[in-house]
Amino acid sequence: MRRTFLLTTAFVAGLAWLATGGAVAAPVNYKTPKETAAFKPGPNLDVVQNNCSACHSADYVSTQPPMKNKQQFWQAEVTKMIKVYGAQIDDADVGKIVEYLAATY
Amino acid sequence: MDRRDLLKGAGLAALAAGFGVTRALADDTVTLPFANGERPLVRYPQKRPLIGLTSRPPQLETPFQIFNNGPITPNDAFFVRYHLSGLPYDLDPGKFTLEVKGKVDKPLKLSLRDIRKMKATEIVAVNQCSGNSRGFFEPRVAGGQLANGAMGNARWLGVSLKAVLEMAGVQSGAKQVVFDGMDGPPSDRTPDFAKALDFDHAADGEVMLAYGMNDAPLPFLNGFPLRLIVPGYYGTYWVKHLNEITVIDNVFDGFWMKSAYRIPDTPDNSVEPGTTPKATIPINRFTIRSFITNVANGAKLKAGNTTLQGIAFDSGKGIKDVAVSTDGGKTWTQAKLGKDLGKYSFREWKLPVKLAAGSHDLKVRATSNSGETQPDQPRWNPAGYLRNVVETVRVTVA
Repeated sequence: MRRTFLLTTAFVAGLAWLATGGAVAAPVNYKTPKETAAFKPGPNLDVVQNNCSACHSADYVSTQPPMKNKQQFWQAEVTKMIKVYGAQIDDADVGKIVEYLAATY
Repeated sequence: MDRRDLLKGAGLAALAAGFGVTRALADDTVTLPFANGERPLVRYPQKRPLIGLTSRPPQLETPFQIFNNGPITPNDAFFVRYHLSGLPYDLDPGKFTLEVKGKVDKPLKLSLRDIRKMKATEIVAVNQCSGNSRGFFEPRVAGGQLANGAMGNARWLGVSLKAVLEMAGVQSGAKQVVFDGMDGPPSDRTPDFAKALDFDHAADGEVMLAYGMNDAPLPFLNGFPLRLIVPGYYGTYWVKHLNEITVIDNVFDGFWMKSAYRIPDTPDNSVEPGTTPKATIPINRFTIRSFITNVANGAKLKAGNTTLQGIAFDSGKGIKDVAVSTDGGKTWTQAKLGKDLGKYSFREWKLPVKLAAGSHDLKVRATSNSGETQPDQPRWNPAGYLRNVVETVRVTVA
């Protein structure tokens, strides 16, 4: 029953779309839900928020796997963000960010 | 019908789906079966609740039980993957143009209307993220920690890239074609996301520009209003919000080809776990995979007759055979294949089995028409790509 309804809805919508030649009018104005992921409390949290949040949400960090050598893993990730993705992080902040990540995740 | 009506329709469909689907969708989190696998279920416009990997840029995974509902993945359940947070949230489809330039006699600027006037073509094809199933890698590797839901199968409607290239008149010496979409980096210092295909591949008549997905426009997060379809190839090539095609007479050296999305240049594209490959090549075709979709790992089943079912797919040779084992791989029985929707599609399979009381490791293994099959042990590479080990579902029967 459920699946039938679902298919019917999709089919009718599709037919109407095809019948109008797929005409499109208004700008999309797509709205994503509010960003709720936040960095966990930890040392140098403000430095992390100021730098990392410029390009991505906190869940990019929190979903990474638990690694054996956290210091090495997070140092490599921060280096990648700077060298590969062009993150503009002050030299003085790099150690602070790695310290936070290794201690918190 | 305008776009808003269509969105209302999609909303209704999502609502209908919500009533029928059980546990995972009623909770607001799910736990994927690997360490640090807890994820929120999130609701985005045009999407039913999906597994939230990251919110900016958005990355959404399809809850696995959806693959048991049929060979086509509904648009509102289809996974989402972006690299860079500059999404074209306010794009105007009425003003959208696709530019075709570079080594062509006649550079083009095509509107959506122009593209829809061209001869339409349709294909059912799986799109799968290169990092699908990365969370199962051991040792674990950095990157998006996905279970098996960063894949989907849809009926794509659009025009062949070959026809567009012919219209532009490709000059002799063309070597590659570069694809760029409207999404981009938040800063100029971050490499823009662009991908390239060899010219012969791009002009093979199968690669297409799609504006339709399962008889509806592409959902915004799946590349509205136009995306590249590269059947049999990993999703990294399926550029979304595609608005720039450039024919070049050399090999594209952009970051996302030259440095990212690389696999070991070894016979099975794997290396010893934890080691670094000596040489790499760009990721390309899917490895062959198969799944049981109607029984979850850890399920408790009643002793006696039951029917196992699932899906299989490969890079386009087509599925020749699916075999199932209920004794941990000691003996195998050929399953019955479902309807053939095309060589790039999910292929359904089904097998009635009789299970005695006790613990059973159910396994499924697909073989393609070219003889490619799945390994018993997982292969490893540092980026967590290409996973296609024979999957095991452990059940308790009483």
